[in-house]
Amino acid sequence: MVVANRAARAIAGIDADTLRAMYRHMLRSRMLDERIWLLNRQGLVRFWVSGMGQEAIQVALGMHVRPGHDWVAPYYRDLALTLVLGMTPRDQLLAAMAKADDPNTGGRQMPAHFGCRRLNIITTGSVVATQFIHAAGIALASKIRGEDAVTVVTTGEGATSEGDFHEALNFAATHSLAVVFVVEDNGLAISVPTSKQMPTPNVSDRATGYGIPGVVVDGTDPVASYLVCGEAVARARAGKGPTLIDAKVPRLTSHSSDDDQRRYRTAEALETDRTHDCLGRFAARLGEQGMLSARDEEAMRAKLLAEMDVATAQAEAASDPDPESVLLHVLGDA
Amino acid sequence: MAVKTYLEAIREGMRDEMRRDDRVMIFGEDVGFKGGVFGVTEGLQREFGEWRVMDSPLAESCIVGVCIGAAFNGMRPIAEIQFQDFILPGVDQIVSEAAKIRYRSNDDWNMPLVIRAPFGGGVHGALYHSQSIEAMFCGVPGLRVVVPSNPYDAKGMLVAAIRDPDPVLYFEHKKAYRSIRGEVPDHEYTVPLDRVRVVREGRDIVIFTYGLMVDTAVQAAERLAPDGFSVSVVDLRSLRPLDRQGIVESARRCGKVLIAQEANLAVSVSSEVSAIVAEECFEYLDAPVMRIGGPEVPAMPFAKPLEDAYLVDVDKLESKLRRLAEY
Repeated sequence: MVVANRAARAIAGIDADTLRAMYRHMLRSRMLDERIWLLNRQGLVRFWVSGMGQEAIQVALGMHVRPGHDWVAPYYRDLALTLVLGMTPRDQLLAAMAKADDPNTGGRQMPAHFGCRRLNIITTGSVVATQFIHAAGIALASKIRGEDAVTVVTTGEGATSEGDFHEALNFAATHSLAVVFVVEDNGLAISVPTSKQMPTPNVSDRATGYGIPGVVVDGTDPVASYLVCGEAVARARAGKGPTLIDAKVPRLTSHSSDDDQRRYRTAEALETDRTHDCLGRFAARLGEQGMLSARDEEAMRAKLLAEMDVATAQAEAASDPDPESVLLHVLGDA
Repeated sequence: MAVKTYLEAIREGMRDEMRRDDRVMIFGEDVGFKGGVFGVTEGLQREFGEWRVMDSPLAESCIVGVCIGAAFNGMRPIAEIQFQDFILPGVDQIVSEAAKIRYRSNDDWNMPLVIRAPFGGGVHGALYHSQSIEAMFCGVPGLRVVVPSNPYDAKGMLVAAIRDPDPVLYFEHKKAYRSIRGEVPDHEYTVPLDRVRVVREGRDIVIFTYGLMVDTAVQAAERLAPDGFSVSVVDLRSLRPLDRQGIVESARRCGKVLIAQEANLAVSVSSEVSAIVAEECFEYLDAPVMRIGGPEVPAMPFAKPLEDAYLVDVDKLESKLRRLAEY
């Protein structure tokens, strides 16, 4: 690691504190993700679908969201995004272990089906792409009431083949709604590569058809991602309508804990993805700029490790859902 | 009390709630300037503006999904699907999303949403403008499915549906829009979303039915009166949940049960009512449960003789009723 003589104050106008905070968010999500994989292999978490490798774009996006004011319609790989917005490792470990106090679903859904009313993170199911239209509807309500809230919605590129994706873009663009569409494009719909999903290499090419800006960004570069997301959020907040962001990311793990990507991906492809890991590269970049020393980074890791240990112990000790509660919350009281 | 059509009562229900609560909005194809293909929302955009009575793109998943999103963000949306036949592209949003939002979020979120759609035949609507596919939704926990049969219920149940904290599918019989009239109070009122209504009291036979068929059933029941048969007609009103107690009470009192509907019979509302009667009323029955409905063909054809052959009319219902009476 090259260490600069003098610490830079900013990269591309983003100040050092913000950059360090972003790194911490990314690292925290990665360490939580790794912890959940470990617990999965130990049999304490029955299923996991990971966000590893996608932390940079998620953190960059989350930094521009005003939690509880803006709205978020996430998808299942958005672990880092939920942490930036204010959910905690304890929250997500409770969900991973399907405990009664899981704030996302109370242990009713598979892990990584996020939702938190307090933070305006809508509840999400397993059917992909439905959330796009919800985002458009949320933004419509904000517009009707004259509020400046922005709605961000995320997805993998696989879900962009669904009709709901197009219906949402069409509607949000037609009425200049304040929606930011972010595609975390890891190039694989489970096992099917982009070349067999769509005729163009970039999801963002489709923006042209809806008369809105479409932007490709390196989703492993937190600085570029921060700038692109910032512009899209500002544009939406100013009432100028939606943006479609295509953030290219690697997929560092199999689709899920029930999948083995070595069965359908070459060793070279897996190695290429590993070299595109956002985390180590960002640490090196901050180091080069004198913004984060190796010692700082070690201290950060140690603190986060302690947080993970405490959260894991708390989640393990938490109660399972009461079997009788299976009947609750079908309909409310009129 | 003013006499109004079924259609006017529905419009009045929406208008009154929109005046009372500015969270209520309408979203659907042609609902704005045109006022809907049947005219149900006529004049509402003029009163409430383009954003609260909004023309949607021609995309049913978008219609339902946008309303779900708006409801997440504090609105009380009413989605209009132009014909029940066209609801299918929106079913993923209804069944996978709206119905499961409260349950899957462990009560963190709820989904106050009304989806209105005209159903039913007898208007030369052919296969894709005549269907009665309500049973598809009646097996889905998390949804309410209601069908009013008269103007009083149409307004009162719609107001109740708008105020309800969960998704309500509100199906309107399109032939009833202008053919069914009745007294509708001007004042604010609601009708419960989960209770049967005894339309006609009788002792010997009970007909359970819903929608426009309620009117047909009353006519058929009256035809048996001169022969000394006393026939009760019960309007189910809510198809999910079914009013189990209301059904059991009438079935036990009468001892003979006929279930009439426009939809085909297999795995339908009539199947579920039959099951309830079989489970709860076995010792009270004087005859097997009988059912009458559409034939097992994909949908209602266009040509008049074919349409007539499909539909249950007063003659067919009377004949079935006599078979049951004489059993």
